[in-house]
Amino acid sequence: MKTITIDPITRLEGHGKISIFLDGKGDVNNAYLQIPELRGFERFAQGRRAEDMPQITSRICGVCPVAHHFAATKALDAAFNVDPPSAAKKLRELMYMGYYIYDHILHFYFLGGPDFVVGPDAPAAKRNVLGVIEKAGVEIGKEVIKHRAYGQKITAILGGKATHPVCGLPGGVSKGLNKDEVKDIEKMTKSCIDFAKFSLKLFGDIVLANKDYVDLILSDPYQLKTYNMGLVDKNNHVNFYDGKIRVTDQQGKEKVKFDVKDYTKHVAEHVEEWTYIKFPYLKSVGWKGMKDGKDSGIYRVGPLGRLNAAEGMSTPEANKEYKKMYETLGGKAVNSTLAFHWARLIELLNATERAMELVKDPEITSTKIRNPVGEPGEGMGVTEAARGTLIHHYKLDKNGLIDKANLIVATTNNSGAINMSIRDAAKGIIKKGKVNDGLLNMVEMAFRAYDPCFACATHTLPGGMPLEVNIYDLNKKLYKTFRQNL
Amino acid sequence: MSKEKEKKKEAGKKKKLQIAFYWAASCGGCEIAVLDIDEKILDVAALADILFWPVAIDTKYKDVEAMKDNHIDVCFFNGSIRTEEQEHIAKLLRKKSKVLVAFGACAVNGGIPGLANIANREEVFNVAYLNNPSTDNPKKIVPKTSVKVKEGTLTLPEFYDTVKTLDQTVDVDYYLPGCPPTPDLIMTAVGAIVENKLPPKGSIIGPLKSVCDECRFEKSEKKIKEIKRVYELDKFEEKCLLEQGVICLGPATRGGCDARCLDANMPCTGCGGPTPNSLDQGAKMMSALASILGIEGEENMSDEEVEKLIEQIVDPVGTFYKYGLPNALINRKVMK
Repeated sequence: MKTITIDPITRLEGHGKISIFLDGKGDVNNAYLQIPELRGFERFAQGRRAEDMPQITSRICGVCPVAHHFAATKALDAAFNVDPPSAAKKLRELMYMGYYIYDHILHFYFLGGPDFVVGPDAPAAKRNVLGVIEKAGVEIGKEVIKHRAYGQKITAILGGKATHPVCGLPGGVSKGLNKDEVKDIEKMTKSCIDFAKFSLKLFGDIVLANKDYVDLILSDPYQLKTYNMGLVDKNNHVNFYDGKIRVTDQQGKEKVKFDVKDYTKHVAEHVEEWTYIKFPYLKSVGWKGMKDGKDSGIYRVGPLGRLNAAEGMSTPEANKEYKKMYETLGGKAVNSTLAFHWARLIELLNATERAMELVKDPEITSTKIRNPVGEPGEGMGVTEAARGTLIHHYKLDKNGLIDKANLIVATTNNSGAINMSIRDAAKGIIKKGKVNDGLLNMVEMAFRAYDPCFACATHTLPGGMPLEVNIYDLNKKLYKTFRQNL
Repeated sequence: MSKEKEKKKEAGKKKKLQIAFYWAASCGGCEIAVLDIDEKILDVAALADILFWPVAIDTKYKDVEAMKDNHIDVCFFNGSIRTEEQEHIAKLLRKKSKVLVAFGACAVNGGIPGLANIANREEVFNVAYLNNPSTDNPKKIVPKTSVKVKEGTLTLPEFYDTVKTLDQTVDVDYYLPGCPPTPDLIMTAVGAIVENKLPPKGSIIGPLKSVCDECRFEKSEKKIKEIKRVYELDKFEEKCLLEQGVICLGPATRGGCDARCLDANMPCTGCGGPTPNSLDQGAKMMSALASILGIEGEENMSDEEVEKLIEQIVDPVGTFYKYGLPNALINRKVMK
C-alpha cells in the first residue's frame, strides 16, 4: 500500500499534515488530516481571574481575537448574571463588524479567493494576492490593503487595539465612542460598503460569468451533505454577534434551534488518537465516523454553514445577494464546499451594512455602557467567529476565579467535514496510482474554502501555497515526489 | 555577456536582505502585526527576499536544512516552544541564520501559552480530552505520537510538559517584545537591520520607558486601602488605575505600546515584559504594589492586616506573570 504525505500543509495553531493511503489498485483508500499541536487553554484558564478570560482566550487565535474576546465576555455576562446596557451591546456588535470586514477581506483576497479570481487552472505561482492584483488591476490592490486596514482601525478605536482588544467586561464595555470617532467610523464604513459591493461584482464577473467555474463549484468531489449550524436572530436571519444556535438539515429544514446554555444537550466532541483536534457532532444523530448524510451527526459552520442555517440576511442589499446565491446554485441547502467563498462575500456586505446601521444609531455615543455585575456562577457565551460558531463555557468560584473552562472553537466544529472534503477531493483526482499536480490544487481548494486557521498560511505574498506530496512504496522507500512553489 | 561580466554585474547589485519568519506555539497575531504595517509591507518586500514564512512560503524543513549555515540574514521567530517539532525548527533556524530575533511576547518571555507551566502534559490532556463537559470519550482516548490506523501508521510530534522561551532553547540575538509588537516597533527593527545599525547583541528593541511613562493618566502619590477588580469600578475616572485600586502592570512593564490598553480604560496586563534593569516583572510589580498599599510601613500594621491586603491579590501567577511565566525566576509549578 502506498502512502502519500503532504506535510506540512500549513497551520492550525501549528501545521496541518495530510496522509493519503492508496489501496492495491492505486485508488484512494482513505485520507487523514492531522493537527499536530495543542496549547492547553482549558487547563491553564483554571485559577485565572474571570475578567482576564476575554484577553487570555483572544490568544487562541490572533487572526480572530475579537471572536474569542466577545464569546468570553458574553460567557462572563451570563456567569455574573448581568445584562449589559443596550448601548454596550451595540458597541460590541459594531466592533464585531470591524472584525468581519478585516477578516473576510483577508480571506477573499489573500487566502481563498485567488483560486477563483485567478483561476483554479492558473499556475500555482499566480494563485495569490499578486495574481489577483494582476487580474483585477493595481488600483484594486491598493483598495484591498486600504479596506482591510479600515476593518482593523474600526476594531482598534473600540477595542483599544485590534490584535488583541481589551474593552470587553462582564456587564458591558470599558470604552464608549465620541462624536469624532463616530464620524471616522462612518466614513470608513461607507467606503467599506462600496468595496463589498465591488467585491461581489468582481466575483460575479470573474466566477459566475464563467460556466466552467460554476460547474466546478457544483462538481461531485466538492459536495458534502452535512448538517449546517449558525447563529440566527428572531427572524432566522444570520447574526454574527448574538442569537440562537440553529441547525438545519441537508434540505435546509430546521433540525433544532437552541440557546447556548443548552449546548451540551445538542453537541458532543469525539476524540481520535491520531490528531490533537476533536470532532464535534450532533448528539441526537450521533457520531458515525467520517460520513455525511442525515444519519451522521457531522455538521458544518462558517459562512456557508451560517447561510444554510438561516433564512436570509438582516440587511437589504446582502439579502438580495443571499437570494441570488440560492437561485443560482439550486436552492437550499447549498452543499458545495466551494460556495463558502461566495457566502463569505455576502457576509462582508452584510457586516458593512450592519456597521452603518449601528454607527448611525443615536445610542452609539451613550455613556451608559456598563451595568453592575451579580454574584459569580456559571455561564456560556456564543459568537459567530468568521470561521464558524464559537462557544465559551466557564464555571466561576465564589471569588470570581475560573474553576472550569470549556471551549468549542470554530474550526474544530468543521474538523470532521474538512477531513471528508480532503478525502473526497483526493478520491476524485487520484485514480490507479496516477498522481499529478492537479491533486495538490484540488486538495488545497477543498480545505481552503473553509478558511480554517491552518490555511491562514496560504496564498499570501509572494507565492502560491507550497505543497509537497511524497509517495512511498511498501518498504517506505521514497518512490516519487511532486512539488509546487518550493 | 561573458561569465565574468555577469559576475561583476551581480556583485555591483546591492544584495537584497534574506529574511525568514517562523511561528511556533503562538496564535498568528504576530503575523497579523506584520500585515498591519499596511502599505509599508511593499517597501519591505522591495528591500528583502522572504526565504521562509509559513504564512507566505511554506518551505519544507528539508529545504531549510539544505541551506548553508548563516544563509538567512535575519530570522524573526515568534511563539514559545511546546513541542518536539518547534524545538527542532528553532535549532535549525538558529544554525541557518546570522541574526535571530525573538519576535513577540511568546518567543521573548513565554507569552500566554506559557501559563500552561502551572500544569503538565497529563493535566492538559485530562482537561482537553477526558474531564470535559462536551467530550464524549468512553474509551478514554488521548492522542498519541504514533498510531496504527487500519491503512497504516500516523505520527504526531511529542507534546512537552513545559513551555520554554526561545532563548531557553537556542541563542537569541535580539528581542522584540509586545503581544503583538506594534507596527512602529516592527518598522524600527526593520530600519535598524536595513541600515545595519543594530544595537549590541542581546538588546531588546523597545524604548527604555515603562508603560506608566506613556500613559495618559497622571500619577499622584496616593495610597490605596483595597484592591478592586476592574469590573468592580463604579465608573472610569480620569486618573491612574492603580490609584483607583485596580492592579495595573504599567510600572513594571516596558513601554513602546503608547499605553493603548489604558486608552481603552483598561489596565496594563504586562505584555511588554519587564522594564529595563529589572530581572523579574512580577517581583517588580509586587514591590510597586506593596508600596502603594502601604505595606512598606508594615511595622504599623498587624500581621493580620498585611495578610488581609495580600489576600486581595486573588491570582498572583495570572496577574503578575500573564505573559512571562516561563521566563520568571520561578518558572513553573513543581509537579509531583
